[in-house]
Amino acid sequence: MYILGISAYYHDSAACIIYNDEIIAAAHEERFSRKKHDSGFPTNSVKYCLNESGLTIADIEAVVYYEKPFLKFERLLESYYHFAPQGLTSFIKSIPVWIREKLFIKDELYSQLKKNGNLDKKKLKLYFSEHHLSHAASAYYPSGFDSAAVLTLDGMGEWASASIACGKDGELKIIKELHYPNSLGLLYSAFTYFLGFVVNSGEYKLMGLAPYGIEGSEQTEKYKNIIREKLVDIRPDGSIKLDMKYYGFATGLKMIKTRKWENLFGIKKREPSESISQQHCNMALAIQQITEEIVLNMAKEAKKLTGENNLCLAGGVALNCVANSVILSSGLFEKIFIQPASGDAGGALGAAMAYAYMHKKIPFTASESDKMKGAFLGPEFSDSEVLKTLRKYSADYKYFENNDDLFAFTAKQISEGKVCGWFRGRMEYGPRALGNRSILADARNSEMQKKLNLKIKFREGFRPFAPSVLSEDTRNYFDIEVSSPYMLYTAPVNASIRNKLPDDYNEMELMKKLYTQRSVIPAVTHCDFSARLQTVHKETNPNYHALITKFKELTGTGLIVNTSFNVRGEPIVCTPDDAFRCFMRTEMDILIMQNYVLIKEHQNIKPELFKEKFKPD
Amino acid sequence: MEFLKDMWNFLKERKKYWLIPMIIVLLLVGILIIFGGSSSVAPFVYTLF
Repeated sequence: MYILGISAYYHDSAACIIYNDEIIAAAHEERFSRKKHDSGFPTNSVKYCLNESGLTIADIEAVVYYEKPFLKFERLLESYYHFAPQGLTSFIKSIPVWIREKLFIKDELYSQLKKNGNLDKKKLKLYFSEHHLSHAASAYYPSGFDSAAVLTLDGMGEWASASIACGKDGELKIIKELHYPNSLGLLYSAFTYFLGFVVNSGEYKLMGLAPYGIEGSEQTEKYKNIIREKLVDIRPDGSIKLDMKYYGFATGLKMIKTRKWENLFGIKKREPSESISQQHCNMALAIQQITEEIVLNMAKEAKKLTGENNLCLAGGVALNCVANSVILSSGLFEKIFIQPASGDAGGALGAAMAYAYMHKKIPFTASESDKMKGAFLGPEFSDSEVLKTLRKYSADYKYFENNDDLFAFTAKQISEGKVCGWFRGRMEYGPRALGNRSILADARNSEMQKKLNLKIKFREGFRPFAPSVLSEDTRNYFDIEVSSPYMLYTAPVNASIRNKLPDDYNEMELMKKLYTQRSVIPAVTHCDFSARLQTVHKETNPNYHALITKFKELTGTGLIVNTSFNVRGEPIVCTPDDAFRCFMRTEMDILIMQNYVLIKEHQNIKPELFKEKFKPD
Repeated sequence: MEFLKDMWNFLKERKKYWLIPMIIVLLLVGILIIFGGSSSVAPFVYTLF
């Protein structure tokens, strides 16, 4: 039984095909359309998933959409009614979109799916899962756990913004929900907006900025008190209540009532072009710590209500790896699984799985490891497809017959300070590049963070980089007891490899702080001595594991820098063409695509041909 | 027609009958907003408001 899951029309559209309990293919639409956070119908993703499964749309048992549009419409109407006459402008803008498109989503989905072949409307079953049920299913069913508490947290679904569920022997029941307008995701997004980042994409920048705040400082504590006293009522049962007089999302087109926030905190809203000061960092730290407190309360409530020893997490907030680590270190649960595609894209997978297990009652089996196949669920390109691209651009290349030689060559280049684009195998599902669409570099190199941020990724200098570490070597570098294959935890860098900070560290400017050498792996050691690590396992990505092993043989260090293969504002590369263009427009030194190697200085092509502008996120 | 049937079933399931008049008014106003901007319905909108 093949099931197609779809998430679309909000942000991060995606499609996924499962065969009974096996995930066959899953991909984000943005990777194909090259539009970051593409919200349109995932035409290309559906096409790819069908091709990968060798199917036509007629072979699909059911199509499941990841949320219930009518329920969302009900929430919209009730909230407009509740807040009237406020919200008229927002109403005038949103209702036509609903009437034109979203209310008639059934017809829209049929007409879009029809583009993939003959479709008998009467035969094809179209189902709608609930938003948070989709998230919960995407976390519980692939986790491998027979029973678990399931916690989902995001901006907003239909009515729910967070839920606690219990999964047992394939049955998944939602026990408790937090409802609109109270939402941890929206609270975090409100600060994202106030600090000058883009809502729905800049949240991870806020998380990256937080460690530059001064913990325990008078200002940070003051901000935390204001948040607690004025903006959000944090309750011990895991719920929260936002004071809506400070927020604009219910009635207007903005997240917050800016003037009220400026009066409250005594600082101006930061404009995107404005430089980042210590007070911005302190504010980021304050909201990050409040978020961690709320997430931990929710996890405690999930434990109390279910009594389970395992926890599954999903929803956009579950991409906050610092908050995830707080749950991990609390010791509340023995095992934790976090869905790597925790954002709305993962809803496509959850919707399909909810249908398979809850509606069709397919047999459920627990397993030792998770069922995500390392999140390598996207398209793969053969040597001949890569070669076609190289010929198209008359590129200069070298082919390695043997993987061992290729890995040894690449490892040597990385150890000599070169930055390598690494494009091999199936593309990742979820927002993280996990070693198949990655840019790799030497973490020991003191200049690497600066070089990668400014010359390769063209992004803000404060942004940290993540290490990919051999799973068996993890404890040589990091204080963490569990594996982190999807880059969803942070861990402290071991004290033995840290450097002593200068006495005036807290008084330093942001950029000076940034370039202080904090450990023997400075490129991946964030300013609070943490790292958002990825543990690399032989079982899920043998080639990437073999490459890092070669690097270790050369240098004695079993980890490298891994950042996504893209520039600021660009979706992660999908095809060899995307990879080649990205390689040419940056100062990347080497590109490896399958077994082909390209060296930048050997290319006799004008880089100006590849200048593409992406809207900064 | 299928849309109306689905909407009715939804309202029945959720027991939100009180939303019916609101939905009808909003749909009508919404339709006017959509067409009012650029089509021959515009004068009709001005007469109404």
